[in-house]
Amino acid sequence: MMASSYNAKEEDGHHSGSASHGGAAVVKSKKPDNTAFKQQRLPAWQPILTAGTVLPAFFVIGLIFIPIGIGLYVTSNNIKEFEIDYTGVDMNSACYSCAKNFSWNSTTSCLCTVDFTLEQPFESNVFMYYGLSNFYQNHRRYVKSRDDSQLNGDMSALTNPSKECEPYRMSEGLPIAPCGAIANSLFNDTLKLYYLEANGTRNEIPLVKKGIAWWTDKHVKFRNPGGNANLTAVFQATSKPVNWRNPVYELDQDPENNGFINEDFIVWMRTAALPTFRKLYRIIQKKSSTMPTLPSGKYVLDITYNYPVLSFDGRKRMILSTISWMGGKNPFLGIAYITVGSICFFLGVVLLIIHHKYDTRSTGADIPN
Amino acid sequence: VFRAGMYRVLLVQCAGEENWVDSRTIYIGHKEPPPGTEAFIQQRFPDNRIVSSKYTFWNFIPKNLFEQFRRVANFYFLIIFLVQLIIDTPTSPITSGLPLFFVITVTAIKQGYEDWLRHKADNAVNRCPVHVVQHGKIVRKQSRKLRVGDVVLVKEDESFPCDLVLLSTSRDDGTCYVTTASLDGESSHKTYYAVQDTKAYNTEKEVDAIHATIECEQPQPDLYKFVGRINVYMGNESVARPLGSENLLLRGATLKNTSYIYAVAIYSGMETKMALNYQSKSQKRSAVEKSMNAYLLVYLCILISKAIINTALKYVWQADPNRDEPWYNHRTETERQRHLIRAFTDFLAFMVLFNYIIPVSMYVTVEMQKFLGSYFIMWDDEMMDEELGERAVVNTSDLNEELGQVEYVFTDKTGTLTENNMEFIECCVDGHVYVPQVICNGQVTDTTKEGWEREELFFRALCLCHTVQVKEEETVDGIKHGIHQGKSTSFYISSSPDEVALVEGMKRLGFTYLRLKDGQMEILNREDEIEKFELLEVLTFDSVRRRMSVIVKANTGELYLFCKGADSSIFPRVVSGKVDQIRARVEQNAVEGLRTLCVAYRHLSPEQYEEVCHLLSDAKLALQDRDRRLAEAYDLIEKDLILLGATAVEDRLQEKAADTIESLHKAGMKVWVLTGDKMETAAATCYASKLFRRSTQILELTTKRTEEQSLHDVLFDLSRTVLRHFSGDCTDYGLIIDGATLSAVMRPNQDDLNSGNYKEIFLEICRNCSAVLCCRMAPLQKAQIVKLIKASKEHPITLAVGDGANDVSMILEAHVGIGIMGKEGRQAVRNSDYAVPKFKHLKKMLLVHGHYYYIRISELVQYFFYKNVCFIFPQFLYQFFCGFSQQPLYDTAYLTLYNISFTSLPILLYSLIEQHINMDILKKDPTLYRDISKNSLLRWPIFIYWTILGVYDAIVMFFGAYFLFDNTTFTSNGQMFGNWTFGTLVFTVLVFTVTFKLALDTHYWTWINHFVIWGSLIFFVVFSLLWGGIIWPFLNYQRMYYVFMQMLSSGPAWLSIILLITASLLPDVLKKVIWRSLWPTTTERIQVSGETKTPATATRVSRRDANCADV
Repeated sequence: MMASSYNAKEEDGHHSGSASHGGAAVVKSKKPDNTAFKQQRLPAWQPILTAGTVLPAFFVIGLIFIPIGIGLYVTSNNIKEFEIDYTGVDMNSACYSCAKNFSWNSTTSCLCTVDFTLEQPFESNVFMYYGLSNFYQNHRRYVKSRDDSQLNGDMSALTNPSKECEPYRMSEGLPIAPCGAIANSLFNDTLKLYYLEANGTRNEIPLVKKGIAWWTDKHVKFRNPGGNANLTAVFQATSKPVNWRNPVYELDQDPENNGFINEDFIVWMRTAALPTFRKLYRIIQKKSSTMPTLPSGKYVLDITYNYPVLSFDGRKRMILSTISWMGGKNPFLGIAYITVGSICFFLGVVLLIIHHKYDTRSTGADIPN
Repeated sequence: VFRAGMYRVLLVQCAGEENWVDSRTIYIGHKEPPPGTEAFIQQRFPDNRIVSSKYTFWNFIPKNLFEQFRRVANFYFLIIFLVQLIIDTPTSPITSGLPLFFVITVTAIKQGYEDWLRHKADNAVNRCPVHVVQHGKIVRKQSRKLRVGDVVLVKEDESFPCDLVLLSTSRDDGTCYVTTASLDGESSHKTYYAVQDTKAYNTEKEVDAIHATIECEQPQPDLYKFVGRINVYMGNESVARPLGSENLLLRGATLKNTSYIYAVAIYSGMETKMALNYQSKSQKRSAVEKSMNAYLLVYLCILISKAIINTALKYVWQADPNRDEPWYNHRTETERQRHLIRAFTDFLAFMVLFNYIIPVSMYVTVEMQKFLGSYFIMWDDEMMDEELGERAVVNTSDLNEELGQVEYVFTDKTGTLTENNMEFIECCVDGHVYVPQVICNGQVTDTTKEGWEREELFFRALCLCHTVQVKEEETVDGIKHGIHQGKSTSFYISSSPDEVALVEGMKRLGFTYLRLKDGQMEILNREDEIEKFELLEVLTFDSVRRRMSVIVKANTGELYLFCKGADSSIFPRVVSGKVDQIRARVEQNAVEGLRTLCVAYRHLSPEQYEEVCHLLSDAKLALQDRDRRLAEAYDLIEKDLILLGATAVEDRLQEKAADTIESLHKAGMKVWVLTGDKMETAAATCYASKLFRRSTQILELTTKRTEEQSLHDVLFDLSRTVLRHFSGDCTDYGLIIDGATLSAVMRPNQDDLNSGNYKEIFLEICRNCSAVLCCRMAPLQKAQIVKLIKASKEHPITLAVGDGANDVSMILEAHVGIGIMGKEGRQAVRNSDYAVPKFKHLKKMLLVHGHYYYIRISELVQYFFYKNVCFIFPQFLYQFFCGFSQQPLYDTAYLTLYNISFTSLPILLYSLIEQHINMDILKKDPTLYRDISKNSLLRWPIFIYWTILGVYDAIVMFFGAYFLFDNTTFTSNGQMFGNWTFGTLVFTVLVFTVTFKLALDTHYWTWINHFVIWGSLIFFVVFSLLWGGIIWPFLNYQRMYYVFMQMLSSGPAWLSIILLITASLLPDVLKKVIWRSLWPTTTERIQVSGETKTPATATRVSRRDANCADV
């Protein structure tokens, strides 16, 4: 079939089989069907990776990467970071008794206080994180144990949460809101930071809790069912997550930060990628241009110890960090850039030698022939 | 009557006992045989409906699904999908269900469409009207309603609706002309004969009065074989007549030059020979496919071991209950209960998580690449022959890449290497040589009367001893011109071009064959008188006897048997004549590459003729073993011949045949010529086609030598010769072997314990010869040779080229079968994998298309595995950081679309249009073909290199992201990213790396490549923006919401993406560059010199390489 349909076209156009470029043009004009594409003769750029062509690229990559790496490394080194473990594993640590005597049933909170000293002042805004170790937020059973429709304010999902939430779906016959393992295990330690002045008075440092969650999460992905008013009524037919002390509508006094749109809650709901992770807790804003946000000196961290981690050999940390344009302290990226850049530069030199020794020789050998 | 009855008894006995199914009985016009004859069991025959379609409307879905899931790969993915449905797996069933559904649907639509076309064609055929004789009247029926036993009227230029036995025709002599162009492509008119006893009944009334039954064999697919018998009842008597293939009109053939015929239907519908021949050939698999399957197996092992390792580690890790079920992450009750099967379902879940390492889409891509790629072969203008108006034909697209792997080329001589355009050169009568041109001038005279008579007899013999037909020229308005209007208006048609050449040669020598009319052959002799000979018998040509004969009766009443055939088959049967002179001439001609035939005759006395008739009719009437008995009869008849002379016909070499063979040699292929021709002729052709050069040392392994020495000695002699020079100078050897010796070599010999070694020694000799010529080969021996080489220990890839029916067996046997669209019909083309118009097109087919497709598909295969290692290995590594919980690293959409849209098109396009070297260079420099020989791009080291590269890239990507994420933030507002951002970062690096890797491998950047490569990356970005930009109402999770955009808003993410892509690509670039500089392949050298755009350099390099290759 194919052949015969083409034959008809062949007969009118006499052409030479050896298609030079001129020949191809003739063919094209006589037989519109016979395109350069069909003859596999489309004009094309035919690059070849040889030592000669790759050489400059290697040097250029090296010359670009090394400065970037140095820049990143310096930036990372200028970032101040302070980290303190308050789990209370050690007998001497302040929270030892809180950690030891933890019980799910106790109604009163255990309080402990940790002192620490900042050697250097923290200029600019300071970000306060809590960190957990050996906590598998990325466990499959855990990651999927949530109902995004419920969190998005869907009424039917509120009363009938997704099956994925099992076994944190129903409690005492009522649907749990918010359901699922992630919500159930919401981090509920309260941290307070005081500056200990020379005279011994504690100066509470104001901690801002706004802006710790993604804007899109707070305003689009997470929504309270039926708006932010009357949360008590809306959540009436639901039960609080089993490990929670308070129901979801009592997370905060501020109606803009209550219920599902509580930022602490939203931050927790974004499951971490790795078992050791940190989450943004509070922001300490810079007040004046002259004073550092956190001057060097002694500080007191007041902890309301609610969150048990010892059972699974976990750790809890409080981290204070300044932030640059590239985020927190992370020397890796800078070092990696410097390394790759140097390797490229080095390889460029090696290739240059190879190129001079072998490529020129082989082409040179051809010419006398 | 008596004889007929006896046959009947025999037949019925046979029928009654074991093999009654072997024959069938047909009542012509559905009339019962007269009472008293033995009762036949009325058999049921199918109706005349042709069903070429596979499915009906109702069974399409189940049957098609069944067919598709019979393929191992599809079944594997179905299982994965079902596992995902049944157990709780990390990824949604959509991730494997959607691609599978896509693949299955695309295939089903394609097959459904093809089947719909078949249905339409079937309907058109089944509904076309047929004229049937019923109760003395012509009735129009639909073709599908035709039944076995119906008497059918077929008019000129109509095709036969089913297999028919010819009863009578509009011609008085009961013949009709038929063209079988649509069956086997032979457009010549073949003559068919009506049954003697019914040929007079040629009106519908008379035909209706025929009372007869036909017994014949059950349908079988051989187009050229038919055995049957007709019993005609006249009153109380019945006459039995043999029926042969000359009586059988096949469905699909067309009636020509005959105004109408009556015939009876004997095989209908799916039992017609045409329908039986539709059966598809066995599937050939390419070497690439075999490597692909081997790789798949390796990957399956990797997959299973990954799953096992992870399952085991999971249980080790979970041994601590606080890890297994910490307070924040409890199991459900049902999950707790399933202790026993939990380990198994965990294993399955890991399998599902990693199953993408064996990509569904690879099969689709490979299939599409092959299917679409074959169009480039069909489109190629350089492989089009203007004379024939034919293009290359692709019958199987599965073997495109195998064309780049050929190591042995087996070619037919006549019609393949040569034009098969015969020209009469000379004839030799009793040692006198006649050349047509000279004769015409009347210069040659023979004085002796006897010599004159012999000469005349020789010319008459050649005019009579053939099966040539005279085609009457038709004018435009359709008025036929008879032969009497002049010689110029007629031309000769025959299935054998030699015969045409001979008859035309005779015409130039003064004897013109006019026509065959009423059993009389008419010859116009030198004096312009018409001589008539009655044609009594034709002993047709066959390739075993290698001769044919006719028995004619001259006007004078003398009976002659004229025989013509190959010298070897004539000389032993000759009793007198100038044998030595003629033999010398024949041999001389053969050395010059001419095709020779000898002509002999014999006087038959009436008694002898009687005996001959008896022998023949006995043999012809036999239902069983008819062929063998005919051959025996022929053997008895064709003896005591008197040699008349010999003829020489030239068959010119095809254009550029020598050039093509030279190129194939340079490309490292061994070319074998397998021909039925005699040694001298074949050897001459081989020299002319440069298969043998003057420097070639010829080794002979022929009957002539084995008569002098034993086969054993000859073989050992030859192998010693070959091996002695093995290390020394570069003499190249050519071997000539003939059919008889070959069968001696191949024959398992019980007496000799060394017999097994003969084959080995023979192969050893062959391996060291650059060219081998096998002459005097029977068709089956050709296939045997191919099989022998195929089975030898290196398992080389073989290719067979041929144009005739005798090459079909070897075409089917070889890895790749190529048909030449020659003059010997279309059988070779129909059975081939690829068909080209001329032998010279083989060069481009192998050196360019084969080379390209091999490069393309090997990259396709390697790249597919590579990109899926890159894809899945990070997921494997992630298990170590998520408590072996089968948490997927990537989002469902990414898992699903990675193979079917983000990375599918660039590689498909690459595998269709990549040209690593300009095609003109490939053609000019055949040695480049050696670079890819022995499946070199799919060897294990290369596969391992790709896999390691994939693992390296995966490690770079995963740990790059890991260290970036490690316990720190990388946004300027202090906010943290979660696990989905982690996965998206890895995935983004992955898609870019994998696409850039392909871009680095692409040597041929057309605008389409730019469009597709940059297009898929842009598509990925746009898709990710869209996928994360909206709360998708139909999804029950919104985990990707704004993840991609948040990631892009972070500077370090950009920097790390750039860094990781660079680091991933670095080693591959480095490897390429260093290898190219230090150990360049020929291909790479040509690429570089081609880049400098100095064609002179290119040719110089190629010449140098060619020299190296030869030494």
